[in-house]
Amino acid sequence: MANIKELSKKEELFTGGHRLCSGCGAGTIARQALLAADKPVVVVSATGCLEVSSTIFPYSAWNVPFFHSAFENSAANCSGVETAYRSLKKQGKLSDDIRFIAFGGDGGTYDIGLQSLSGAMERRHRMLYICYNNEAYMNTGIQRSGATPKGAHTTTAPAGKVKQGKEQLRKDLTAIMVAHDLPFVAQSAVGYWNDFTTKVQKALETDGPTFINILQPCRLGWGYKPEDTMMLGRLAVETCFWPVYEVVNGEYKLNIKPKEKKPVAEFFKLQTRFKHLMKPENKVLLDEIQAEIDKRWEKLLKLCGQTA
Amino acid sequence: MIQTTYSKGKIAAKTGNEVMAEAMRQIAPDVVAAYPITPATEIVQIFSQFVADGIVPTEYVAVESEHSAMSACIGACAAGARTMTGTSSQGFALMWEMLYIAAGLRLPIVMAVVNRALSAPINIHGDQSDTMGARDAGWIQIYSENSQEAYDNMIQAIRIAEKMKLPTLVTTDGFIISHAMEVVEIIPDEDVKKFVGEFKPERYLLDIKKPYTLGAIDLQDYYFEHRYQLADAMNKAAPVILDVAKDFAATFGRKYDLYEKYKMDDAEVAIVVIGSAAGTAKVVVDELRAKGVKAGLIKIRVFRPFPHKELAADLAKLKAVAILDRADSCAGAPAPLYTDVTSALYTHLGGNGPRAINYVYGLGGRDINLDHFRDVFAKLEKIKAGEKIEKPVEYINVRIG
Amino acid sequence: MKKDEKQKKLTAKELPIGDILEAGTAKSFKTGDWRTERPIWNSQKCIHCMVCWISCPDSAIEVKDGKVTGINLDHCKGCGICAKECPAKVQAITMEKEKK
Repeated sequence: MANIKELSKKEELFTGGHRLCSGCGAGTIARQALLAADKPVVVVSATGCLEVSSTIFPYSAWNVPFFHSAFENSAANCSGVETAYRSLKKQGKLSDDIRFIAFGGDGGTYDIGLQSLSGAMERRHRMLYICYNNEAYMNTGIQRSGATPKGAHTTTAPAGKVKQGKEQLRKDLTAIMVAHDLPFVAQSAVGYWNDFTTKVQKALETDGPTFINILQPCRLGWGYKPEDTMMLGRLAVETCFWPVYEVVNGEYKLNIKPKEKKPVAEFFKLQTRFKHLMKPENKVLLDEIQAEIDKRWEKLLKLCGQTA
Repeated sequence: MIQTTYSKGKIAAKTGNEVMAEAMRQIAPDVVAAYPITPATEIVQIFSQFVADGIVPTEYVAVESEHSAMSACIGACAAGARTMTGTSSQGFALMWEMLYIAAGLRLPIVMAVVNRALSAPINIHGDQSDTMGARDAGWIQIYSENSQEAYDNMIQAIRIAEKMKLPTLVTTDGFIISHAMEVVEIIPDEDVKKFVGEFKPERYLLDIKKPYTLGAIDLQDYYFEHRYQLADAMNKAAPVILDVAKDFAATFGRKYDLYEKYKMDDAEVAIVVIGSAAGTAKVVVDELRAKGVKAGLIKIRVFRPFPHKELAADLAKLKAVAILDRADSCAGAPAPLYTDVTSALYTHLGGNGPRAINYVYGLGGRDINLDHFRDVFAKLEKIKAGEKIEKPVEYINVRIG
Repeated sequence: MKKDEKQKKLTAKELPIGDILEAGTAKSFKTGDWRTERPIWNSQKCIHCMVCWISCPDSAIEVKDGKVTGINLDHCKGCGICAKECPAKVQAITMEKEKK
């Protein structure tokens, strides 16, 4: 459990002055992740909103060693850094205890980065991979990714006269990570600072590869007022659109169970990326999407040893 | 009795791959991240056995692709580890974007590249199209004629890369050298260790007391300055390469330069070539010299930085020169080495240099033998005598039909 | 609040080698002029629950010894998350239009 007062006394390792959008959830994620770390961390990031906005030469918002090289390889980069750490420590050339966090957006993780993530996890590098998931390639202009939910409007799978946004369901990357037999895998969401910081702490304490998939509302890509970022993260959880759970050594545990499961339309209607789904002619599609969410929720409940 | 050049040297029979792995063992880098590809695979396989037997302190990362190999090397090197790897052809091509990044981030990674043809069609045999394809990446490129050179070049590459903060690759011709057994002189472990010294980067990611950001995005106001730094470093690399060679010669006896001049002093006709074919060509040069022909040969060792000024000076007095490329640019114009050499001739000699002709040979491991070189020199004699060069690019030993 | 535009641009000679820059330099980059609304913090009403502080994407809520002390207007982009997250019963932060 994280104590917010204690966290507030720690040094700010992700400074202001970066150029993320006003109200961007990624800024909060970066701050909270670094606040949660008890040991010094080295951060590696894939190309994406977080990296590009926080390291425009000569300004860097990172008060920790930070490294970026390309889009699809933050996990491979991080495995190199982590290996160097092990090698230098083993040879007595380094004595500090350091932890490693690799950031990637859903773009650099679900799709182009999947190979290097899978490789790094399979090799059991002691690193935490945090996917800040805003469900599209936001940095390049809101293009669809493997994480984009069905029915969402993106610029490469738009809602138009004939098609209603993305036609496929999103990939379940968290399940793919669980299938890698990692000691700790979790989903979290912006708006639950306690859940996320606790998970980051837990992950960094785990001696092995760990993965957190955190839902990050994007005000530009999702289309809402910037002040609603935290609220929408919570609403995604309350509608079971994005469950918050953890898998520790293969054991599922549900962290947040909505007292009252809200219909997904409550979440969709507040975002312009889903507004076409609110039209009466798209009711069938909306129902399909709701049914799929219900199905996945039921499946998750079962895995967590819970009932509805 | 085979004489050693270095008093403490030991004679051994090794293939090109074995000798490169041996050099790596003695260098004992902190990290090796590698992926197998024919014909380079053996280097990292042999090295993996060293790791498994606890002979080296290296941490070995068996990555899942060459792109990840270079990515992991970049991460490790940036973190402060002396890092090495090896690859060929498609693997080298797969890491193409990361090559540029390694150079742009000024990371002294040393990589063995066993030159192999690029697909398509897929071919596993030796030609130099892979490393030629990355000649603008900002890597120092050192080509080896034979196994002894491969071994010596790997050792020198560490010092060169770390001094210049430029990633450096050392090549051998695929299968021709990598898999052929040769007699080599191996330097004792402690002497190699002493020669390469310790890797002491001023800034490294694991130095948590002095955090910094590496790999920021540059907008229009800074990219050009950063890239200028890289070009400038490449411009200043030759003296460092020569210094390291000088130290190597003083310590171990074998001399190295930016390129080897073979019977060039009073030469009137010559061949410029890179790699193992030079060995074959030298036999023909000797033959011709015995007949009184003023033939010579230049074997390029350091292709990047390209020794354009020195080369122009050394080629100036020739009447005719044949530049042999083991790669083709498919440019509708001559091939890489020819392009660089003639550009040097024009830049430094204006129109007053030797007449030049390009030969593309040996693609996909196609053999080049003594007769082919005899033909090249015969052609040079004709050009020297005034014959017009009808085709600036000729092909050796290919069935055109 | 003007951006730090007048900073002299470094030459290739002056730049450190290899695309590196020192940590935390973004602090000197002012993003406060992005705002169209600004947060007004009422220190009397504030219960120092710190939720605004931990939610702010721009580290713009200033804290000391477990208490909120103010808002960094050099970095605050006026997103309104702090005002929204402040517990409904407390409402210590309200958003007001920026005056030009």
